[in-house]
Amino acid sequence: MKIGVKDVEYVAGLARLRLSDEEKEEFTTQLDDILTYMDKLNEVDTTGVEPTSHVISIKNVLRNDEVRESLPSEPSLKNAPEKEGAFYKVPKIIE
Amino acid sequence: MELSRLTAHEAHEYLMKKSFSSLELTQSFYRRIKDVDSKVAAYLTPMEEEAYQQAQQADENIAKGEGVTELTGVPLALKDILCTESVRTTCASKILSNFHPPYDATVVKKLRESGAVFLGKANMDEFAMGSSTENSGFNITRNPWDLNRIPGGSSGGSAAAVAADECIASLGSDTGGSIRQPAACCGVVGFKPTYGRVSRFGLVAFASSLDQIGPITKDVTDCTILMNSISGHDTNDSTSVNVAVPDYRKALVNDVKGMKLGIPNEYFVEGMDPDVERAVWEAIKLLETWGASIKEVSLPHTEYAVATYYIICTAEASSNLARYDGVKYGHRAKGYDGLIDMYGKTRSEGFGPEVKRRIMLGTYVLSAGYYDAYYRKAQQVRTLIREDFDRAFEECGALLTATSPTPAFMIGEKVKDPLQMYLSDILTIPVNLAGLPGISIPCGFSRGGLPIGLQIIGKHFDEEKILRVAYTFEQRTDCHLKRPRLD
Repeated sequence: MKIGVKDVEYVAGLARLRLSDEEKEEFTTQLDDILTYMDKLNEVDTTGVEPTSHVISIKNVLRNDEVRESLPSEPSLKNAPEKEGAFYKVPKIIE
Repeated sequence: MELSRLTAHEAHEYLMKKSFSSLELTQSFYRRIKDVDSKVAAYLTPMEEEAYQQAQQADENIAKGEGVTELTGVPLALKDILCTESVRTTCASKILSNFHPPYDATVVKKLRESGAVFLGKANMDEFAMGSSTENSGFNITRNPWDLNRIPGGSSGGSAAAVAADECIASLGSDTGGSIRQPAACCGVVGFKPTYGRVSRFGLVAFASSLDQIGPITKDVTDCTILMNSISGHDTNDSTSVNVAVPDYRKALVNDVKGMKLGIPNEYFVEGMDPDVERAVWEAIKLLETWGASIKEVSLPHTEYAVATYYIICTAEASSNLARYDGVKYGHRAKGYDGLIDMYGKTRSEGFGPEVKRRIMLGTYVLSAGYYDAYYRKAQQVRTLIREDFDRAFEECGALLTATSPTPAFMIGEKVKDPLQMYLSDILTIPVNLAGLPGISIPCGFSRGGLPIGLQIIGKHFDEEKILRVAYTFEQRTDCHLKRPRLD
């Protein structure tokens, strides 16, 4: 086994996912299978190979720092589950 | 005349001759949708009111002869991953079940400017994660050729809608084959452009270094018409490439004489369906008969593509999907205790199993201690896969393969075994990893009567060449003319 239920619980915490006991068990088996399959990559010698993060070589794309038209607050807030005035409303963060 | 069976270029001619109006054409599509979508379930959200307005506008423009393009008044479907201003955009996820974007995706804006009519938003695998459209958070789309089979995925709704004559053409998105594989399963044309050719602005992000939008159509000519409308650099997408866009129509040359076409050995994989293998070889032989020179080439790192892809795409997805936190838009859970609890409950209620699985996998491969072993390693192998293609393209102008190792599989066949589902993308994934353009066209049928797709892969921005091969094949064969029976 590459991973156990404890690892699954730890990763779920990092990903802000709440998993049921059934999901934890299912994911442990499935992720273990998939990660074992991924070990295939260890067959490949990648010494000195540059990693590809992007296929087309684009340099930093910059623009002039000028004020442009942007989305006004009303349509931006339209989809918010909770709002107050011109703000998104979230549960209290600092006790 | 059965209006819903027309291609865009045929409909355009009739609209210009005033044989019928765009309004009549649009009405005939809603009649067709009413007749068959209860069986196929290609659409998630119809846009009837808006579509009739667009059709009326198109008719006025045609009457005045103002700003008319080949897409004016032509009814299309849009994959529900593309933002449409004020029209519900769900990505087939419960977490976005009531999301109404405040703006249009660039491709939607461009199609609007071309005068197209939007019939509705098409079903898909949730967040484009899947190969069968079974991962939709809402309903299962069925293959019009056999309602017990999957339409492919993730753009399964877009492909099924085209195959079932529920639209003239559609847009999909392709991260690991999500345009080409459903096109193959449904017997239609699906084109994934070169990475960077089409703006991703307003495309809900899955794996940003792989995602690309493209057309699904009834023939290759329509594919070029849609590409002419949606391509081009966009300052709102910093990965869109600023190179000149050709007139894709000029690629419609019925001739492959002297073209060098490569056959990658590694793509005739173990477990390949014998009917698929036969149909693809027959297509290759035909192209050879018509004057193309066929050469075997090797892409030695192909067997590592699936592992590489599922590390990179899940890593990117885990980061992209962090935005669904119940704050700015989308679902928020009720009854939580503090902020962290709200995040956890919101995300667990909103995401389906495959999305959770991929977020978990992506978070794992990016987590401390595993980054080098998985993510960095995958990026290095990605370089080797890309270099395989570079070497192959020194010997030939385009590559010919099957699109999918099997025809459409049965609904439910692979849901319990995610790894088997992932392996069904083996022939399309390497193209995304290398950022290349690829097209799937119908090239035959299995003994059971299911469509089979031929994939043609080209060099970066050398899209005209693969369109030319596709067009030649289509013009000289007739399997693209066959339609499923739904009545």
